[in-house]
Amino acid sequence: MASSVEAKRSKLESKGGECKCHGKLPDDRFAKLHDIIEEHKDERGSLIPVLHEAQQLFGCLPEDVQKQVAKGLDVPESEVYGVATFYSLFSLKPKGRWIVNVCLGTACYVKGAADCLEALKKELGVDLGGTSKDGLFTLQGVRCVGACALAPVVVIDDTVYAKVKPEDIKRILAEHVEANAKEAHAS
Amino acid sequence: MMGNEKKKINLTIDGIQVEAHEGEMVLEAARRAGIDIPTLCYHPAVGPIGSCRVCVVEIENGRGLPASCVTPVREGMVVRTNTEAVREARRTVVELILASHPQDCLQCERNGKCELQELAMRLGIRESRFHREKEHRESDTSSVALVRDPEKCILCGRCVKMCSETQTVGALGFAYRGTDALVTPMFERGLAESKCVSCGQCAKICPVGAIHEKEEWQKVADMISDPDLHVVVQVAPAVRAAIGEEFGIPAGTPVTGKLATALKRLGFDAVFDTQFTADLTIMEEGTELLERMKTKGPLPLVTSCSPGWIRYAETFHPEFIPNISSCKSPQQMMGAVIKTYYADKAGIDPDKIASISVMPCTAKKFECARPEMNGSGRRDVDVVLTTRELARMIRQAGIRFEELPDGEFDAPLGISTGAATIFGVTGGVMEAALRTVYEIVMKKPLGKVEFLQVRGMDGIKEATIDLGGTKVRVAVAHGLSNASKLLKHIKETGETYHFIEVMACPGGCIMGGGQPRSVDSDIAVKRAAALYTEDRSMEMRKSHENPAVARLYEEFLQKPGSDIAHKLLHTTYESVDEAAAASRKEAM
Repeated sequence: MASSVEAKRSKLESKGGECKCHGKLPDDRFAKLHDIIEEHKDERGSLIPVLHEAQQLFGCLPEDVQKQVAKGLDVPESEVYGVATFYSLFSLKPKGRWIVNVCLGTACYVKGAADCLEALKKELGVDLGGTSKDGLFTLQGVRCVGACALAPVVVIDDTVYAKVKPEDIKRILAEHVEANAKEAHAS
Repeated sequence: MMGNEKKKINLTIDGIQVEAHEGEMVLEAARRAGIDIPTLCYHPAVGPIGSCRVCVVEIENGRGLPASCVTPVREGMVVRTNTEAVREARRTVVELILASHPQDCLQCERNGKCELQELAMRLGIRESRFHREKEHRESDTSSVALVRDPEKCILCGRCVKMCSETQTVGALGFAYRGTDALVTPMFERGLAESKCVSCGQCAKICPVGAIHEKEEWQKVADMISDPDLHVVVQVAPAVRAAIGEEFGIPAGTPVTGKLATALKRLGFDAVFDTQFTADLTIMEEGTELLERMKTKGPLPLVTSCSPGWIRYAETFHPEFIPNISSCKSPQQMMGAVIKTYYADKAGIDPDKIASISVMPCTAKKFECARPEMNGSGRRDVDVVLTTRELARMIRQAGIRFEELPDGEFDAPLGISTGAATIFGVTGGVMEAALRTVYEIVMKKPLGKVEFLQVRGMDGIKEATIDLGGTKVRVAVAHGLSNASKLLKHIKETGETYHFIEVMACPGGCIMGGGQPRSVDSDIAVKRAAALYTEDRSMEMRKSHENPAVARLYEEFLQKPGSDIAHKLLHTTYESVDEAAAASRKEAM
C-alpha cells in the first residue's frame, strides 16, 4: 500500500512551497486532522504539537492542512505559516521516502563532507532541501551528529554511513534502496 | 487613573531623579523626564516589541546593554542613555539595518518622512561598514488599497502586532527566520488573497516605506487637467482634523476652511463635503433603527460607515451580517448622489463626472471598488485619495496650506451639521444618531446636545438612553479587537443592545490608515478635540436640521427609506466564505 501512495506522491508536483496533494488522495486524513485539532484545541501552545501530528499524518504541511489547523485552533493563518516555516523540522513540501542527512559539522567538513554533499547533489539531481524526482530521497544538511570519529558521516533515516568518500555515494544509495525495498513491500 | 494605584518607583536617569510607577518601562520613564531615547520598533499604538535594539541604555551593575522599551523600572536603578558605549551600539544597530535596506530613498514614498532616515540622521551615520547582498523581493500590488514592498521591510514587527493583536485580523505574520525572515501573508500570497480588511493600520505605523496606500493622486491631478471631465471632490470629516499636521500646523487644530480653499485651488470643479451625506446617513440609519425597534428585528442594528469593519464582519463574523445597517457609507451615498441628483441639477452627463473622495482611510479604496457600489448605474466613486495623498497633491501644486485663507464647501452638497463632523471620531456616529432619534421620537428639542457617555478612547463604551420610557441600550467599539470582543460578548451572554457603532480603527476615522503618520501617544485625543471643537462652533448640530438634506428628500429622494433612497443609498453584504464557495461552484 505504502509504495503505491509513495508512487502517487512522487508524481505530485510542488511549486513555490505549495503542496498540491490535497484532494487527489483518496483518504480520510482531513477527518483525522479534525480529531487531532479537537484533541488539542483547549491546550495552551497547542499549535506546534498539532502541526507535528499533522505532518506525521500528511508527510508535510500543505496549504489546506495549515488552513484547517488555523481555523480549528482559531489562530491566524499567517501565524501558522510563520511557525511552519520557522522550524526546520516542519516541511511545506512532501519529503522523500528516506531522508539523507549529510553532516556538515566541523570534523566532517574538514574530512571532506562538502565533496560528499556535492556527490549527493549530483547523484540525486537536487539541491539541499530538495527531493529526488523518483520521490525516494530528500537531501538535507545537518550540523554535528556527534559521531566525529566516523567523519565524514552520512545518515539515511536511522542508518549511519561512516567515513564516506564521494565515490561511495552511488553504492550507498543503491544499497539503501535494496535493503529497504523489502520493508516497503512488506508494509 | 490606574497609575495612581500602582507603587511609585524612584530611579536616576542621566543624573536626573525620575519618579515612575511599577511596571513602567525605562523608555517611558525617560521620555516623561524629557530624555528622548531614540527608538525604531517602538510605537505608542502597539507598545513595546523589543526587536530593533535601537533604544539600548546602560544600567549600573547590569549586564550588557538592555533595550529600554522592554526593561521595567526598578527602585534605585541608575540608567545612562548617552554614553559612548550606548552611542556606538545604536550606530552599529542602525548600520546593520541599513546594510539590508535599499538605498533608493529619493524614489521612496517615505522620502523625508521616514523614521529610519531620521534615525540615521540623528545618530550621525556617515559610513556604511556592512554590505550584504539581499535577495530581490517583488512588491505586492494585489490589493486595491495597499502596497507592500518587502524589500524595504526592516522586520520591526509593528505591522504584525497591529494586524494580529489590535485588529485581530492576522493577515500579516513573520515567516522563516534569520536572514530569510520576512513579514508576509500566509504562503507569501498577495494581500488581496489574505484576510486583510484594508484598514491600513499597518501602513500608518510602518516606520519605513514597506507598506503604504496604493497611490492614485497623480491620476487625479491628470483628471483635473482633462478639460472633458467635470471633477468633483468630497472630503471626509476626519481629514480636516489631521491634514494640518502635514504642513506643520499643531495637531488638534481644525483646518476645515483652509482645506476647502486648497481643494478649490487644486482645480476641482466642485468641492463637496462628505458630512452632507453623513447627515443623510443619520436620516436613513435613524429611520432604519426606529423601524427595526418597531418590528423587533434584527437587533442590535450595527453601523456600516467603516468599510474595514464591514470587511471584517464579512470575513470573521458573517453571523452578524443581518444586523449590519443596509445604509451605504457616507462616501458611497455621496458618490451615488453626485452622479444622479447633482448631475441632473448641474446638467452634466454623469459619465463625464469624475467623482473623487479624500478619506482618512485606505479601506475606502477597497469600498469604492466593490461591484455593488454603482447605484447611479456606473461606478459611484472613481478614485479615493488618503489624507496623506491629498497633502502630496497640495505640496506638488505649490500651495502653502498653512497660509491659506478660509474658504467654504460648495452648496448644496457641502452643507452639513455638527453631528456630521463628529462622524470622524469613535462614538460620533452614535452621538449623531442619538441627537436625531431622540428628537424624532420625543418630538421635542434635546436639552443637552452632547452624549458624553459615548465619547472618549475606552475600547468599548456603553450607555442607556431613555426615550420616553423605552430604554435604548447602545454600545460603541473601535479597533477591531474591541469589535470582536463585543460581538463575542453578545453571542455568549445574549446581552441585548439596540444600536452598536463599530469603527475599524482604534480612535475612529481620525486615526484611519490614510491619516498623517504620528508617533505622538496623545494624537487621537488631539484630533478628537478638533472635531468636537468644530461641532460646538456649528450653528446646526443635528442632522435632521440640515436644510440641504431636507431639500434633497423633497426634490429627489422623497423620504428616508423610500424606494429610490433604497436603490441609491443602501446596499447588501455577503459572507466572504460563502462568496468564495459560490464562485468556486461557478468555476466548476
